[in-house]
Amino acid sequence: MNRWLPLALLLPAGVMIVVVLLVPVGRTMGLTVVDQSPWWSGYVATLSDPFTQGVLWRTLRIAALSTLIAAIIGFPTAYVIARSPPRRRSLFIILAVFPLLTNPVVRAFAWMVILGRNGFLNDTLVGIGLLDAPARMMFTEGAVVVGFVYLFSPLMILSLVGVLEGIDRDLLDAATSLGASQAAVFRRVVLPLAVPGLIVGSVLVFTGSFTAYTTPQLLGGDRNTVLATLLYQKAMVQLDWVGASTIAVVMVAMTIAVILVMNAVARRLNPTVG
Amino acid sequence: MDRKPGFLLTGVALLVYVFLLTPMAIVAATAFSDTQFLAFPPQGLTVRWFANVFAVSAFLDSFWISAQLAVGGTLLSLLVGIPAAYALSRFRVPMPRALRTFFVLPILVPEVVFGFSALSAINQTFQIPVFPTLLIAHTIIVLPYSVRVVSASLANFDFSAEEAAISLGAGRLEAFFRIVLPNVRSGVIAAFILAFITSLNNVPVSLFLTGPGISTLPIQMLSYVEYFFDPTIAAVSVLLMIMTIGVMVVVERTLGLSYFAK
Repeated sequence: MNRWLPLALLLPAGVMIVVVLLVPVGRTMGLTVVDQSPWWSGYVATLSDPFTQGVLWRTLRIAALSTLIAAIIGFPTAYVIARSPPRRRSLFIILAVFPLLTNPVVRAFAWMVILGRNGFLNDTLVGIGLLDAPARMMFTEGAVVVGFVYLFSPLMILSLVGVLEGIDRDLLDAATSLGASQAAVFRRVVLPLAVPGLIVGSVLVFTGSFTAYTTPQLLGGDRNTVLATLLYQKAMVQLDWVGASTIAVVMVAMTIAVILVMNAVARRLNPTVG
Repeated sequence: MDRKPGFLLTGVALLVYVFLLTPMAIVAATAFSDTQFLAFPPQGLTVRWFANVFAVSAFLDSFWISAQLAVGGTLLSLLVGIPAAYALSRFRVPMPRALRTFFVLPILVPEVVFGFSALSAINQTFQIPVFPTLLIAHTIIVLPYSVRVVSASLANFDFSAEEAAISLGAGRLEAFFRIVLPNVRSGVIAAFILAFITSLNNVPVSLFLTGPGISTLPIQMLSYVEYFFDPTIAAVSVLLMIMTIGVMVVVERTLGLSYFAK
């Protein structure tokens, strides 16, 4: 066998990733440090701007809250799916995958219909007398969080179903027969074993919310700028390419940092996680 | 565990599903409303908003661009992705884990960062027209699906069948096309359909790379909802949901939807 064959087969896709993805992204990183002296002064300028700081914190806050809520509602849901008979399990999975494959503009638009001033929710709440006048729901951080939980909780559910199904029932029976309460079984057996799925799900939801553009643009509006929409504004409206590049590098760095931190947390909670 | 999930847990799960599905149902219902604005519950019943979708040339044109990008980008990604997947599954390559991560890099880099970087590189270094730029960028964002799904399929293939064909006198290429590829056909179809929908749904990359006269459907929808709020966009949504259902049927027949829960 020709020993160069594997290389030749890997090369076209590899070259494409290097040339089209890595070189331009590397160039973006370079853009933030060349012509700056000292090299980090661009970062100091961007990150010391109070507006940018506000955007950074808002983006982190929204992503963290969305991840937390997705985990809280995703865990019981995944647990029920994992314990369902096969046919119902398939139905549950189909219904979770459906929103996931639907266009993100459609999914954000749905919440515009629900949360608008004359939207479904305001109409209903005013109709039954819970509100005197329509409340402001669109263009708030809350709307963005709802949009993200809606957008990404299927990812959390699907990540958790996989691990929860893998938990050996005998293990739970053993814990119960040795006298553990329901709560103790959950906290000391189910939860630690579900950590890998919880981490995968959290990384997906967090990085998704941290970098998404469509949902914050449509549901958050101009008052709730996040990093992705700020990057767009800097690049396309203010034509501040160095500023936009700096935001891009911050996004990549934060994404990597979050993945590393979550994996470290996973190892502490469950030492068998690789 | 003999205990079934209790009423409370089941109730929570059902509520979560109400949360996941109601918004789409509401959008679907408003598409049929006989009003100038989005109304739920819908008032009257009409299909004129669907007719309007086909009357607005911007939607038709951008859908055509999106379809070309999705099909073209997916085919290109399979063209380079299948050989890579084959090499990763068939041969003992150095640093297999790092290599596999390398091929999913397009998913790991935030899409807005890639879109912006591609625009910035093209603007300032090369002069490439809008459509080819979009096509190459879409090829990159769907490449991980081609490599991963085809690899998953190849992992279940017994390569001794290929060895047998070769020892019986088939060339490597002939053995690949007549033995290997037919056996992973369902994986290739699943990769195609997942890549297709990923390209078709993409906003962040197209956002930076669309140019004068060339827009994709999601970008067109995005700018439409920022200025108009009538049921046309709900009608477009319904058409896209029908397409999603079609995609799911194909994935279920080929890869199995449980692929998503693992």
